[in-house]
Amino acid sequence: MALVILPRSLAPLVPGLPHRASVDGETVGEVIHALDASWPGVADRLCEAGPALRQHINVWVDGEPATLATPVGPSATVHVIPAIAGG
Amino acid sequence: MAERLLLLVGTKKGAFIVESGPDRKSWTVRGPSCEGYPIQDINWDPATSVMYAGGGSAWYGPTVFRSVDLGRTWTQSSDGLTYGDDGPKISAVWSVTPAHGALYAGVGPAGLFRSDDGARSWQHVEGLTNHPTRSTWQPGAGGLILHSIVPHPTDASRMWVAISAVGTFETVDGGASWEPRNRGVRADFQPGPPPETGQCVHKLVMAAGESEHLYQQNHCGVYRSLDGGKHWDEITRDLPSEFGFAMAAHPRDPLTVWNIPLSGPEEGRFMPDGQAAVWRTEDGGDNWIRGDAGLPRRDAYLGVLREAMARDDLDPVGVYFGTSTGHLYGSADGGASWSAVVTTLPPIWSVEAIRVDE
Repeated sequence: MALVILPRSLAPLVPGLPHRASVDGETVGEVIHALDASWPGVADRLCEAGPALRQHINVWVDGEPATLATPVGPSATVHVIPAIAGG
Repeated sequence: MAERLLLLVGTKKGAFIVESGPDRKSWTVRGPSCEGYPIQDINWDPATSVMYAGGGSAWYGPTVFRSVDLGRTWTQSSDGLTYGDDGPKISAVWSVTPAHGALYAGVGPAGLFRSDDGARSWQHVEGLTNHPTRSTWQPGAGGLILHSIVPHPTDASRMWVAISAVGTFETVDGGASWEPRNRGVRADFQPGPPPETGQCVHKLVMAAGESEHLYQQNHCGVYRSLDGGKHWDEITRDLPSEFGFAMAAHPRDPLTVWNIPLSGPEEGRFMPDGQAAVWRTEDGGDNWIRGDAGLPRRDAYLGVLREAMARDDLDPVGVYFGTSTGHLYGSADGGASWSAVVTTLPPIWSVEAIRVDE
C-alpha cells in the first residue's frame, strides 16, 4: 500500500481525514479515488474537471513531481502539498 | 429564549458571525469559520435554520459550507458542482440562495446549480448554460459570474438570475428555459444601441411584497422594473455616481431600497470624493436621500462589493454594509445614521442579517 501524506489544512474540510493514510492504487488518480472512498469529498478538494489535479495542489511520488496518471508503486510515498500561493 | 440579531459576514479569509441583541448596540464577533475559505456569499434559509456560505479557494476549489448550529460548526461539499470533464472549470461559488425547499448556487464561469439536499450534492441547471446567447457571453473585470439569484416569492417555477457583463434572465418553467430581461438597461461600454444581452448587472433585488417589482444596480446606472424585468426604467438621477455594486431592499416597503454609489469603474471604485455615504430612495427611485451621519466624511476611500450590504427586518429597519477594507457599519434607523460595528475584519465580500431565538 502506498503511504499518502496529506496537508494538515485539508483535514478540517474532510471529517476524519488523517495526516497520513495507507491506501491501494496504481496511479495517483487511483490513490485519490481510494482516499475518497474512505473519506468522501477529499477528491473534490484535490482534483478538478479534466480530470486533473487542482492548479495549486502539488503531488510528488517518491520525491518526483506527479500528475494523476503517475504510477504509484506498492510501497511508494505520495506527498500532497498545497503550492506556495495566495495573499 | 432570547432574541439575537446575527450579521453573517463572508470575507476573503473565512466567515464571521457578528451578533447583538435587538437593540443593535453591543456586538460580539465569532470566527473565522469555514477554514479561511474566501466566502463570496453567505446566506440563511429560514425554513430550515441552516446557514450556507459559498466561495472558492485557490488550493481546494469551489464549495458550499453549511451550518446547522448558527455558524458554530460547518461542513462542506461540492459533490456535483461541475460542468463535467469536458466543460470549463468552476473557480468559485458566487451566490447561495434558498428557494422553495431547494438551494441554488451561482458560480463562475457563469452557471446555476441546484441542491435538493441542503448543499450535500448539486445538479447543473443546464437550461441556462445552454441559452442560445451563451456563445456571446464575455466576462467582466470580475469574471463571468452568476452573482444574483432572485426567487419568485410564491411561484417556485419562476426565478431571475443576474450575470456580470451578460445581464438578467428569467425562467418561468423551473430553469428549463430562460429569457433575457435587459430592455432599457444601458451598456455604454460597447457601441450601438443597447443589446438584448451584454449588460453588466451588478446586483438584482426584489421589492418587498411585489413579485414583479425589481431593482438593479448596474455598471451603467440604477434601474427599476414593474413588470418582472421585461422593461427597465433608469432611476440614477440625483445619485453622485451611476456606478456601484451593493443594493438592499426594504423588508416591507416596496418603494425603499438602499445603494452605495462608488466612483467610476476606471476611477477607483470607492466612495465618491472619499466621503462615505449610503443612499436610499423611499419613492421607488424618483428621489434619493443621502445618509452619512456617523460615517467617515473624509479620506474614506472605501469599496463595497455586491453582496456586502444587508438589512434586518426590525422596525425601524437596520441596514449594514461591509467594506473591502474590513470595516462593518450598521444603522438602526433605516440608514439615516451609522456607527461602526467592527473595523478589523478581513476584506468583506458579503453581509446578511437574520434574527434568531436562542
